[in-house]
Amino acid sequence: MELQGEHNVVRLAEVTKVFRMGNNRVEALRGINFAIKAGEYLSIMGPSGSGKSTLFNMIGALDKPSSGRVFIDEVDVAQLDAYELAWLRCRKIGYIFQTFNLITVMTAIENVTLPMIFAGMSRDEYTEKGMELLGLVGLAERYQHRPSELSGGQQQRVAVARALANSPAIILADEPTGNLDLVTGEEIITLLKQLSTERGVTIISATHDIKMLNVSDRIVWIRDGRIDRVEERRDLKISVGQVG
Amino acid sequence: MTALGHGQVKTWEPGKRKMPQSVQRQVVLPFGQVLRISFNSMMVRLSRSLITTATLALAIAFVAYIWSGYAILNSVWPHGDSTLQGAILASGYEMIDGQFGSSPKDRWLAILSLIVCVVGIVNAQLMAVTERFREIGTFKCLGALNSFVVRIFVLEGIYQGIFGGFVGSLLGILVSTLSLTLKFGWCAILHWPALGMLLTIGWGLCLAALLSLLGVMYPALVAARMEPAVALRTEQ
Repeated sequence: MELQGEHNVVRLAEVTKVFRMGNNRVEALRGINFAIKAGEYLSIMGPSGSGKSTLFNMIGALDKPSSGRVFIDEVDVAQLDAYELAWLRCRKIGYIFQTFNLITVMTAIENVTLPMIFAGMSRDEYTEKGMELLGLVGLAERYQHRPSELSGGQQQRVAVARALANSPAIILADEPTGNLDLVTGEEIITLLKQLSTERGVTIISATHDIKMLNVSDRIVWIRDGRIDRVEERRDLKISVGQVG
Repeated sequence: MTALGHGQVKTWEPGKRKMPQSVQRQVVLPFGQVLRISFNSMMVRLSRSLITTATLALAIAFVAYIWSGYAILNSVWPHGDSTLQGAILASGYEMIDGQFGSSPKDRWLAILSLIVCVVGIVNAQLMAVTERFREIGTFKCLGALNSFVVRIFVLEGIYQGIFGGFVGSLLGILVSTLSLTLKFGWCAILHWPALGMLLTIGWGLCLAALLSLLGVMYPALVAARMEPAVALRTEQ
């Protein structure tokens, strides 16, 4: 982590995003400049409609910005061709969503192994690693279950295991605790924090869950499509203390 | 917005790529996996895909009914006595160059039924694919290329086509055999043209697979080209 300390995993330069709905122009992002360092645990906070999810999609190369540039590992995402983009999404970034987004027709193990199939692993390799990952999130016995047969928390844990499949450098989580109860939410947060400290994975999480604040290294507050303020963790403990 | 990106692609020299091993940086989906994923995906949604398949089966059944009916008549004719031959001609079948074959009217009916069927399939597939936008978005987040998505849907279409074609052909053959047996007696079964029936099934399978592909191609292409974020935003 120390070695990568100064390395920017993600950098946004003047990123804007405009959605056109009929005659309306909705400016979801109005010029975001920001850099995220390797190994950081970063939370993007903000009220709903502030542009959190749009920003999340930009960072994850899931959508194109209207203007500005997104760099992942200092490579401009707009310059990548379809293959490189797919490779990036497959190997470099692991996604976790509020709505889990598991493939409903596949079992837990099939969901976890899918990114490894795309990455070209052999059957033995991906089965072994898939079971190992399901073990890590505590669902090894339920590997044959479909998402509909799992609880919300269990589904999100499968999603975490899937996000880890190709040992990505970045894990992007869009409100990972949004659809979970308090206890399960905390379990997911602990799991993410553990990944960040033990494996040096960069965690970027859009959230409005206060529990996330305690584990974050930095918090970016978004308001009306702009960065409102950025807080370091040490400053934050004070403010959390005041709230609590 | 995208114009900026495309402009840069052209001025971007391959030698300056910051991803040097881009050849190794490939995502793959082996054919065996496409087979497995699309088959499982269809089996899990069996009742849903049976609707599409039923549309196909009925259209193919109609065509197979016509084909196999003529195949039986052609096979029975040389063996029949004059009363039987008279009865066949009397029931409205026409011989052209010593063979029974489809009349222009038959052909029009068959083509019409196939057109109606394609419209039905496109409709059913559009709905089925729209329901799966989220799934497609998820696939792309995990590193699937557009072509992976298309391949999975095309293969599902082919499975449905083959299954629908098989069921439809059998149904058509069964009905034509039964109705001709009722009309002209046991000789229809006695001289049942097994080879002709196999051909009917073969053609039925091909035709059904083709129709199914026609129906699934457009929705699958539209879905595969979506940005992942757009596909994921859709309501399920």
